[in-house]
Amino acid sequence: MSEKKYSKQHEWVTIEGDVATVGITKHAAELLGDIVFVELPDKGKNVEKEGQAGVVESTKAASDVYTPVTGEITETNQSIVDDPAIVNKDPEGTSWFFKVKVKNKSELDGLMNKADYEKFAKENTN
Amino acid sequence: MNTQKTALYDYHKSLGAKFVPFAGYEMPVQYSSGIVEEHKITRRNAGLFDVSHMGQLLIEDNENLSKELEKIIPIDLKKIKLNQSKYSFLMNEQGGIYDDLIITKVEKGFIIILNAACKNNDFKIIKSALGSKSKLTLYKNLSLVALQGPKSSEILEKTINGVSSLKFMNGNKYSYNGKEIYITRSGYTGEDGFEISIPNELVEDFAKKLISQGVKPIGLGARDTLRLEAGLCLYGHDINESTSPIEANLKWAISKRRREEGGFVGYGKIKSDMNGSLTRLRVGVKPEGKVIAREGVKIFSKDNNEIGLVTSGTFGPSVNQPIAMGYVKLNFSEPGTKVLLEVRGKKYEANISELPFYKKNYVR
Repeated sequence: MSEKKYSKQHEWVTIEGDVATVGITKHAAELLGDIVFVELPDKGKNVEKEGQAGVVESTKAASDVYTPVTGEITETNQSIVDDPAIVNKDPEGTSWFFKVKVKNKSELDGLMNKADYEKFAKENTN
Repeated sequence: MNTQKTALYDYHKSLGAKFVPFAGYEMPVQYSSGIVEEHKITRRNAGLFDVSHMGQLLIEDNENLSKELEKIIPIDLKKIKLNQSKYSFLMNEQGGIYDDLIITKVEKGFIIILNAACKNNDFKIIKSALGSKSKLTLYKNLSLVALQGPKSSEILEKTINGVSSLKFMNGNKYSYNGKEIYITRSGYTGEDGFEISIPNELVEDFAKKLISQGVKPIGLGARDTLRLEAGLCLYGHDINESTSPIEANLKWAISKRRREEGGFVGYGKIKSDMNGSLTRLRVGVKPEGKVIAREGVKIFSKDNNEIGLVTSGTFGPSVNQPIAMGYVKLNFSEPGTKVLLEVRGKKYEANISELPFYKKNYVR
């Protein structure tokens, strides 16, 4: 599996072959607080880089989840829909959101590595 | 406008609070354990809320005070007993609500607890209604904290001797570190609990004492989920200047004599609402799935006609499902009525529900 990359919209992505796995970052999960609702895209749906692909809601507010890559949704993680609280427990592991068959792998080049993302997240939190 | 801080600000910070601006104050929205855990602690044990941003208004007695106050507050002030508290409203001319409040009869007159966002405006309205001779004090030197949860009484009794014998919606004077404090058995969570009015210079010491006895600090986030489960209104959302208490399903809060006799501003609307011209009612709404319907979500009938609007909505940690409140047309207000909620362009099935969502545990 590839090195984990991060988007400015607080998603992480890893890639295996041409399939990307996407989730929200630990930082995002912490900011959201207790997650109580997850909505995922339908399988087969075509999504565009930085386009809306899902929704997470905490007790506080609703937030869109974006896709950091363009392609077709091949799989979604039903377990986080059934038990949204597990997103807070393991946001960057078992609580992935969806898988995308990536159209253009070079899209990943524009994303941040872990160190850059952590710096970015720190600067963008008040 | 400068953001104000309560006397407990530094203490909140030391306890790991995350702050949000609320009604001109920097208030803790949650601490490190998070909203859901804070909510559950309050239901199971006891939680401490800083509500010092709320207005504490003393109106000193004079011979006409009850009569004059009754013109703007629709409760029976002839019947209210010393140290008794009542939930009521500051009414406007159109029968809407300027603010909802708790009024307590005290030796000096009446103490009224007002919403933070409304308190300065309320002061002007009350002052102008009572005339220039009236004596009003909106305390700046007093803090207000709420201790809420089933263990509240047992815990507070250790510090304040005799407090556990207070009955719900009653108060009394007590002493703490040699200073007078005033405690009522009341709250905004659907749990047994107390609200403690205490001088600013003592409040941190008092809070620390409770925290050292296992009480957890609770932020505004959990305060909102707790009150919503308890079916309690949030001013500015579930009730406002254009909702009448009858529409808000709060008829019980208007004393019987006042409902019949009127004599307060906005009575025309109240009377006509009670006599058949009511068109909408505040209700509980339970989505069937997990979707959360927040303020502003439109409510539709099963045949897709728009019938109302959600005014508050969240996930209820104790009922373990999404819950909401809102207004619907009267003929859709019966509990069990099937409705649809439009969330992010999609319609979701929901049911009109009884309030509260969570059964109250008050000590009467």
